[in-house]
Amino acid sequence: MKRRDFINMAGLSAGAMMLPFTGFGREVDLAELLTPIMDVKQKKQLADVALNTAKSLGASYTDVRIGRYLNQFVTTRERKVQGVTNTESFGVGVRVIANGTWGFGATNDVTADGIKKATERAVAIAKANSKFQKEPVKLAANPSYGEISWKTPIVKNGFEVPVKEKVDLLLAANAKAMDNGASFVNSLIFLVNEQKYFASSEGSYIDQDVHRTWPNFQVSMVDRQSGSFKTRSAFSAPVGMGYEYLDGKASDKIQGPGGIILYNKSYDIVEDAAMAAEQAKQMIAAKSVEPGKYDLVLEPSHMWLTIHESVGHPTELDRVLGYEANFAGTSFLTFDKWQSKKFKFGSDIVNFVADKTQVGSLGAVAYDDEGVKCKQWDLIKDGVLVNYQAIRDQVSLLGQKESHGCCYSQSWSDVQFQRMPNVSLQAGKQQLTPEQMISNVDKGIYIVKDGSFSIDQQRYNFQFGGVLFFEIKNGKIAGMLKDVAYQANTQEFWNSCVAICDERDYRLNGAFNDGKGQPSQSNAVSHGSATARFNGVNVINTGRTI
Amino acid sequence: MAILSKEEAKKILEKVVGYSKADGIEAGLNGGDGGNIRYARNSVSTAGEDSNVSLSVSVNFGKKSGAASINEFDDVSLEKVVRRAEELAKLAPENPEFMDPLGPQTYGPEAKTFIESTAKITPEYRAQAAADSINPATKKDITAAGYLEDNRGFNAQMNSKGLFTYNQATGVNFTVTMRSNDGTGSGWVARNFNDVSKLNTAEASQIAIEKALQSRNAKAIEPGKYTVILEPNAAADLLGLMLNFNARQADEGRSFLSKKGGGTKLGEKLVDERVNIYTDPWNEEVPTANQAGGLPRKRMDLIKGGVVSNLFYDRYWAQQKGVEPTPFPGNRIMEGGNASIEDMIKDTKKGVLVTRFWYIRAVDPQTLLYTGLTRDGTFYIENGKIKHPIKNFRFNESPIIMLNNLETLGKQMRVASGGGPGGGGSALVPAMKIRDFTFTSLSDAV
Repeated sequence: MKRRDFINMAGLSAGAMMLPFTGFGREVDLAELLTPIMDVKQKKQLADVALNTAKSLGASYTDVRIGRYLNQFVTTRERKVQGVTNTESFGVGVRVIANGTWGFGATNDVTADGIKKATERAVAIAKANSKFQKEPVKLAANPSYGEISWKTPIVKNGFEVPVKEKVDLLLAANAKAMDNGASFVNSLIFLVNEQKYFASSEGSYIDQDVHRTWPNFQVSMVDRQSGSFKTRSAFSAPVGMGYEYLDGKASDKIQGPGGIILYNKSYDIVEDAAMAAEQAKQMIAAKSVEPGKYDLVLEPSHMWLTIHESVGHPTELDRVLGYEANFAGTSFLTFDKWQSKKFKFGSDIVNFVADKTQVGSLGAVAYDDEGVKCKQWDLIKDGVLVNYQAIRDQVSLLGQKESHGCCYSQSWSDVQFQRMPNVSLQAGKQQLTPEQMISNVDKGIYIVKDGSFSIDQQRYNFQFGGVLFFEIKNGKIAGMLKDVAYQANTQEFWNSCVAICDERDYRLNGAFNDGKGQPSQSNAVSHGSATARFNGVNVINTGRTI
Repeated sequence: MAILSKEEAKKILEKVVGYSKADGIEAGLNGGDGGNIRYARNSVSTAGEDSNVSLSVSVNFGKKSGAASINEFDDVSLEKVVRRAEELAKLAPENPEFMDPLGPQTYGPEAKTFIESTAKITPEYRAQAAADSINPATKKDITAAGYLEDNRGFNAQMNSKGLFTYNQATGVNFTVTMRSNDGTGSGWVARNFNDVSKLNTAEASQIAIEKALQSRNAKAIEPGKYTVILEPNAAADLLGLMLNFNARQADEGRSFLSKKGGGTKLGEKLVDERVNIYTDPWNEEVPTANQAGGLPRKRMDLIKGGVVSNLFYDRYWAQQKGVEPTPFPGNRIMEGGNASIEDMIKDTKKGVLVTRFWYIRAVDPQTLLYTGLTRDGTFYIENGKIKHPIKNFRFNESPIIMLNNLETLGKQMRVASGGGPGGGGSALVPAMKIRDFTFTSLSDAV
């Protein structure tokens, strides 16, 4: 049973449910968090127990992941600290192929005995299921890398920054928002450290130390008289960086259209909270949108989610093949479209790359969770579908010999499978700023930051909201709008992309919690883009009365 | 080790509480074993088991609290975890909203949440359950993708005020999507039980196969407002999203339950007067623990006769407002009627039958407007009969508006409910016929 399910079923304290995510592991103190549990030599010895046990039981392939997953959440509201929570989850997952079938076992008993038992369970499951297996698993070749280590290139380890410093920063941001008239503010710093040791029966022993950081807030404005309320979320991005992301360097600030301030590789949470309160007031007073066709100018803090849903997911090969048919769904990007080599996914200026190496991105690692070296590859080139996202047991179906290196598991206790790498829209080749882009639009909407999102199970029909909506009239920003959502068909939408700003405007955004699989697993992924323009998109009005 | 008996859990927790030198201590033990099998393309894709048990300790000095956990249970480790929490508490900032541990409570009887047969599911059982679903599909030119997950867990808590609780639970959840091999039809079915003996994956799979066959070559009809017949899973998808009646958010003015000009909608009519929704831990179909966070659960109305009957107050907010705290519900039950789906179809001149919804997301929290799509079996009804399958629709609708447009209530069914914080949980929800349901665009997805 997943911890979160049991918490709900057994009715544990409401406090446990206040965490932004549950099921992360047990709570620990900071000193314990910073102390390594075991060294690489011990991990190798334990991994070898699994490799030898599986081999003796007849497994043809085995991999072992000894993982220590650390999280820290510092949560506040208004002028109060709500909680400082450190969690740790430590254990081992063993995956085997026996009789041509996958089996998986996991345990938090990280001893030779515990690992042996988990391995025996994995082999037993593989053998039980092999009776119903139609085709044996075929793995693409992968070199043996020997003993290797890698770490996210961070400047400051967030876990080593004193808790007081984080609390003070959040309370300073909250105070700014409240001083500027906010009714409520919730803020959070969320840190992740995945210490992952991977070993396989093919001779790779890979030790990786992965860091992620996410500061976030929700500033709410309530107007009791009119009975309305609006929430402005932070313009931060979750990043594959250390605590240096919170330095808020002047060189990373961008003065955007409509008087907004945007952030690149570091973030000023205090300044943004002050802005948020001002903008939340304007959001309440904004004009309700007139539904119809508009030219949309989409800022990277918004664009990432549209990319994620309409490009990232349909190019996942497991969806195309039907492995996700019962949950996340399948894909409209069927094999025949790819094989034709001329399926026009988007306009000629639309180029998407998949990537697991981009510095500062959430997906960046050196090796994936089945020991494949990570890389970058094309998905959409000059508007045409050219490839998918695939791992070792899938690429042969594409007639390719090498895994793309995008296999991931959220923890030691879950089996690894194909997960989305960073998928990014390449910046435009012509020099173009967002202001120049807007100056060419007669009737449009400039949308900043992601909001509501929904897309069908084959990724044809989507609807997206946002946070800030600015009306564009005759090339100029003409005030704020509300109740805006756009609906489109994926292929029509990307073919309506007529301009993309140049690389000066390219920025990453993303999410910690992309969900897929059964049992469901979270994946952290970034999506980069520059501001882009889409012509004639259908906008609906979402205002209602209850 | 993953399942401790009441006596074993009590013994460990008594030791832990005894080690504390803080003003207060709360200790919780929880653990479980789980197993699953997943199949797709008519073949098993992944399967696994997991097992975990841990002890969490929270102590306080005044309003400063600290928490720590451990998964070793020898005396030295038990004392260590208490000392560690105490050190953290001393360093922690004061939380003005901290509540002292709850004193002993009187609970109703244990609900029948733990079923031995479910606790004893084996990898072989799961493999056979998958085979029983895949084999009939292959005979009908259909491809099956499904998932079976079972779990057994326990939870115990004790504090320095003398409160002690212990609960055990089992559960099994099965879903399967059947797709016709020409790619034009898709059907889905879900089953959720405490007791695995009620599960028949062959029977359930047959329903999804039929839907896949019937839904082939769907026709497009214009989006707009339609009368819809929602099967229980579709109804529950939307219903679950409105039943988090958080009192604090309502009081603060940032909820659909906040009232214009101030105050909340507690005691006010929100939906059609035939809508009655309550929670009851002892309901035989959806039993749940007899307490939540130590607070005794009892039968409690959420909506009675269409009127908001109770809001959820946590202990801090209850104290602020001078009311009794509300134990968080472990299930939701909506009263149904006698009409079968067939009866409702017969009674419909023009409408849409919906198997399930998909990718539902909030659009506006103020009006509880949600968007999402129909999926895996959507049919057009004309003059009392299913006329033909139709292409899927996107909707933009609020469950509040939906329950104001209620036409007919059908029979109840147990469903897995994603509603409420933390997900999971189960609900008993009827099929329902709703008028003027808002579909805003068409989707080509099958």
